[in-house]
Amino acid sequence: MSTVDIKINGRDITVAAGTSILNAAKLAGCKIPTLCYHSDLEPWAACGICVVKIEGNPRMVRACSTLVSEGQNYITQDPEIHSIRKTVIEMTLADHPQECLTCGRNQTCELQRLSAEYGIREIPFDRNVKRLPLDKSTPSIVLDPSKCIQCGRCAQVCQQLQDVWALEFIGRGEKTRLMPSAGVLLNESPCIKCGQCSAHCPVGAIYEKDETDIMRAAVQDETKHVVVQIAPAVRVALGEAFGMEPGTIVTGQIYAALRRLGADAVFDTNFSADLTIMEEGSEFVERVVNGKGELPQLTSCCPAWTDYMEKYYSDMIPNFSTAKSPMMMQGAITKTYYAENQKIDPKNIYSIAIMPCTAKKFERIRDENMQASGYDDVDLVLTTRELARMIKTAGIDFLNLKEEEADSPIGQYAGAGTIFGVTGGVMEAAVRSAYYLITNEELEDVNITAVRGMEGVKAGVVDIKGTKVKVAVAHGIANVKSVLDEVRAAREAGKEPPYHFIEVMACRGGCIAGGGQPYGTEDDVREKRIAGIYKDDEQSEVRCSHQNPEITQIYKDYLGKPMSDKSHHLLHTHYTPRKVYTK
Amino acid sequence: MAVKNYILVCGGTACESSKATEIFNALAAEAEAQGVIDDIQIVKTGCFGFCEKGPIVKILPEEAFYVEVVPEDAKEIISESIVKGRMVERLLYIDEEDKKKGDFDIEDIKFYQKQVRIVLRNCGFIDPEKIDEYIAREGYVALEKVLFEMNPDGVINELKESGLRGRGGAGFPTWMKWNFTKGVKNDQKYIVCNADEGDPGAYMDRSTLEGDPHSVLEAMTIAGYAVGANMGVIYIRAEYPLAIERLEIAIKQAREYGLLGKDILGSGFDFDFEIRLGAGAFVCGEETALLRSIEGNRGMPTPKPPFPAVEGLWGKPTVINNVETWANIPMIILKGGEWFRGIGTERSSGTKVFALTGKINNSGLVEVPMGTTLREIVFDIGGGITGGKKFKAVQTGGPSGGVLTADFLDTPIDFDELTAVGSMMGSGGMIVMDEDDCMIDVVKFYQEFCVDESCGKCAPCRIGTRKLYDILSKISKGKGTHQDLENMETIGNAMKKAALCGLGQTAPNPILSTMKYFRNEYLEHIDDKVCKAGKCKDLVKFEIDPDKCIGCTVCARKCPVNCISGERKQPHFIDQDQCVKCGECYAACKFGAITKS
Repeated sequence: MSTVDIKINGRDITVAAGTSILNAAKLAGCKIPTLCYHSDLEPWAACGICVVKIEGNPRMVRACSTLVSEGQNYITQDPEIHSIRKTVIEMTLADHPQECLTCGRNQTCELQRLSAEYGIREIPFDRNVKRLPLDKSTPSIVLDPSKCIQCGRCAQVCQQLQDVWALEFIGRGEKTRLMPSAGVLLNESPCIKCGQCSAHCPVGAIYEKDETDIMRAAVQDETKHVVVQIAPAVRVALGEAFGMEPGTIVTGQIYAALRRLGADAVFDTNFSADLTIMEEGSEFVERVVNGKGELPQLTSCCPAWTDYMEKYYSDMIPNFSTAKSPMMMQGAITKTYYAENQKIDPKNIYSIAIMPCTAKKFERIRDENMQASGYDDVDLVLTTRELARMIKTAGIDFLNLKEEEADSPIGQYAGAGTIFGVTGGVMEAAVRSAYYLITNEELEDVNITAVRGMEGVKAGVVDIKGTKVKVAVAHGIANVKSVLDEVRAAREAGKEPPYHFIEVMACRGGCIAGGGQPYGTEDDVREKRIAGIYKDDEQSEVRCSHQNPEITQIYKDYLGKPMSDKSHHLLHTHYTPRKVYTK
Repeated sequence: MAVKNYILVCGGTACESSKATEIFNALAAEAEAQGVIDDIQIVKTGCFGFCEKGPIVKILPEEAFYVEVVPEDAKEIISESIVKGRMVERLLYIDEEDKKKGDFDIEDIKFYQKQVRIVLRNCGFIDPEKIDEYIAREGYVALEKVLFEMNPDGVINELKESGLRGRGGAGFPTWMKWNFTKGVKNDQKYIVCNADEGDPGAYMDRSTLEGDPHSVLEAMTIAGYAVGANMGVIYIRAEYPLAIERLEIAIKQAREYGLLGKDILGSGFDFDFEIRLGAGAFVCGEETALLRSIEGNRGMPTPKPPFPAVEGLWGKPTVINNVETWANIPMIILKGGEWFRGIGTERSSGTKVFALTGKINNSGLVEVPMGTTLREIVFDIGGGITGGKKFKAVQTGGPSGGVLTADFLDTPIDFDELTAVGSMMGSGGMIVMDEDDCMIDVVKFYQEFCVDESCGKCAPCRIGTRKLYDILSKISKGKGTHQDLENMETIGNAMKKAALCGLGQTAPNPILSTMKYFRNEYLEHIDDKVCKAGKCKDLVKFEIDPDKCIGCTVCARKCPVNCISGERKQPHFIDQDQCVKCGECYAACKFGAITKS
């Protein structure tokens, strides 16, 4: 690797060639303020906050997008730089509603933080705030264009990381808006509800639809038996909202908090993740061993990915696993198996899911199969961020909660269930059980490291006693394209499919970095959450879904066997092509 | 059979809209009717530059220079000039100053006297739709020379020797751009022509392309050879239909002649063109925004580096120059860099084309050597200020430039001199202002343009342009404060330093330069609530002097809002609350009874 010798504020430092001034300064222990920059994205260079000087050059350059060159001395702070940055912040604030106290991003807002750091006390310029209507058209995300500072992150995420192109710059000059492409409402746009825009927005212009009041009302309702499930990825991220390190496993504390919030029973989506493996794994065995159905099989547990596929790759519908997502499986068995087991009238059960994801709010009502129990299988979806607010407003001392256990009979999970929260996890869990389903033997080493890690597309071959299973894992929707195009090309050429099994998660890193997770998700945070998930897996007594005793029980008592008629009715669904634009 | 006379009819856009085509057709019909059609050749040329006096018809070899021609003049032009060999006296250009009639030679016309035409060498001389006419004036000889006598380094060296700097605004040495691109190894490189001319009032590039499209094609092909590219893209605004049409014809003809396409002139070198139309966004004249627009993306600037020369169109090394820069290149190759360097100043060689407009007698396109003074352009070429008014300032560089006051009339104009005095060369817009122009009003116009044309990507430009405009509006209404002046300074400096592209970095220039040179005018608006030029409507008051008013009622009848009252033959009165300050009464009063203050 070639390096360059530079100076940051006169101090020597050697960095890798191709490093930006911003990152070089960071290595030198010097933080340059930014607003539009996000480490997930190519530098967009819009906000003008990160300007720095190069000694001997009268102009200023943007630290985010300018790469260091040999021998230069970069000045990151002096009175003139300070004054330019301050003016730009003041101008940005002058056109911003400044409703910090009533904003969803109060205390997590990056503009607010900058304003505080720069000691802005009054804005010398005339205000010019435009009031624009909210877009509440999707069940997942709210757009508040009045608060938008046009940093461009949302559009970049939507276009670069997700390849969805639901959000776009529209209009010119001061009329520039970041809004759904072609000026339609978000629910008429190609939006897949992944919520990455809301996770990347530095201010309060895009946020999850807050439904915490619905939960507050539900737990107050004496006639309702409130059950709550929590998704795998929630347990390694919620702690961040309470100042804990990313990746800290707080499963037991969440169970305890939910009971204090009024839940009558607390379950774990991980249980249904195990159930998903039984169904999806068996479906895969059918396809690959018995030749029934299209190959490759594509995972279907990510609702944003499902939506994307129905819009952009509907020719892949036959390849899709018909297995529902763990959340919807959990919902369906809660109002059937659990209801019967506990002798509760399912109409009185109120089923809530805590998810790292905004698309789950949409999935809950995506079609009539989401009412397999005869009722809404899931009545309410809250994101991790919403749960954090619930816990805080309820005054629960989260940090000092004693760990509790989930309820039976649908609360126990295997390590395979928990790794659903991370890219490659569904594949790994599936392989662990597929091995058993195909060979009737247990895997010696259940750690399938080939499918782990942050590589956008991971491909490998799994040897199941001579059966070579070609697998691929993609995360971040933009990475899916190359894999699916490979599949299409092979199909059109009449060739063998390049893969047998493909896992897709819409968000970079998987659900641990979902659109509903605590703010500030960047790769370093992802890595820590991922480490937390694998730790949870390793700590589990049972690592494989088919070994989960509650899973064995539910098949014995209720479902019969995977892919049974009952399973099909409750745990499987179908897909239909959707229009990219509905207007 | 030999042709006796050539009749050149200006076919630039301005003359076209003044019926140049009808004049052309009428001349042909008359020649037919009078039986001289075989003795003459009528040619529709590109712009003569002297737009003030268009449409222009020129007769060769007599060099009769007819101005402000209408189709009805055709009969007389044919019968007198062609049949009888006499001048049509009434159509000849009359110099305003000495009223001397019959300057038969174009070189004697003052408008052309100080001009040196390199870029516009063929405009007004050839039919731009006929490649043969371009070839007859040494067209494509430079390309032939390059292909068969020079190697790529030789071409770049010639360019280096010439000292040519980009005419798009910033004045970056052209040879360096080419050399960067040449130095990058890549199987695909591009040559791009920036024909997205957008400064208000500027039309140098349009006229060049309309009048001499082959010069640009030839130059770009030469660049392709020099840097190892074989694809040229011309990005031109869709509002230039005539230029587009002529470019298309030129490309087609050049292909037919083997001057484009595969194996040009048997040299083994391939080069071809594509035309891309812009949708009229000013920011697309910024090179990175232009490239994004060609790629089908929203026209928004991207950070530099990477510079287009290294990573340009579709991520490939790209030479991008503007029309005027390109049009210089065949001549540099033909006559040599040294010849070119001999024209102009030491650090700015060659000529510059300006679109001279505003309060000037001879508006039009002028091409002068770098180093020509403002005085020569305004008073000698431009013929001075209209109506004998007093010169106030010249605005150069359009919305990105600044103003030059009478103090700078003797400043030699080149890239560095203009920058040194707070303006810039820009692409060549030059707007002359007289005592009736209010500086606040003028810069407000430019700022409004920038508000509309900011792409909206970067905060300093998107917000800053609007903030500056709002403050100017306040000042023009007499509501400005000294704090506002300070704020404009603060915002302007932040934009200069923190805006992403040239548009935002230079948008405060008109304000900053007028605040420097016309500070008093700002203070008059702020402290005294007065606009001496009478342009800021909110500060203007029209009143009727009862001693002078004879009660003719003309003003009352002209007033669009009926706010003037009074009996017939009695002094009239303006209701100040209702007055919209349109000035109709002021213009209509024959007795000087209405005052403007």
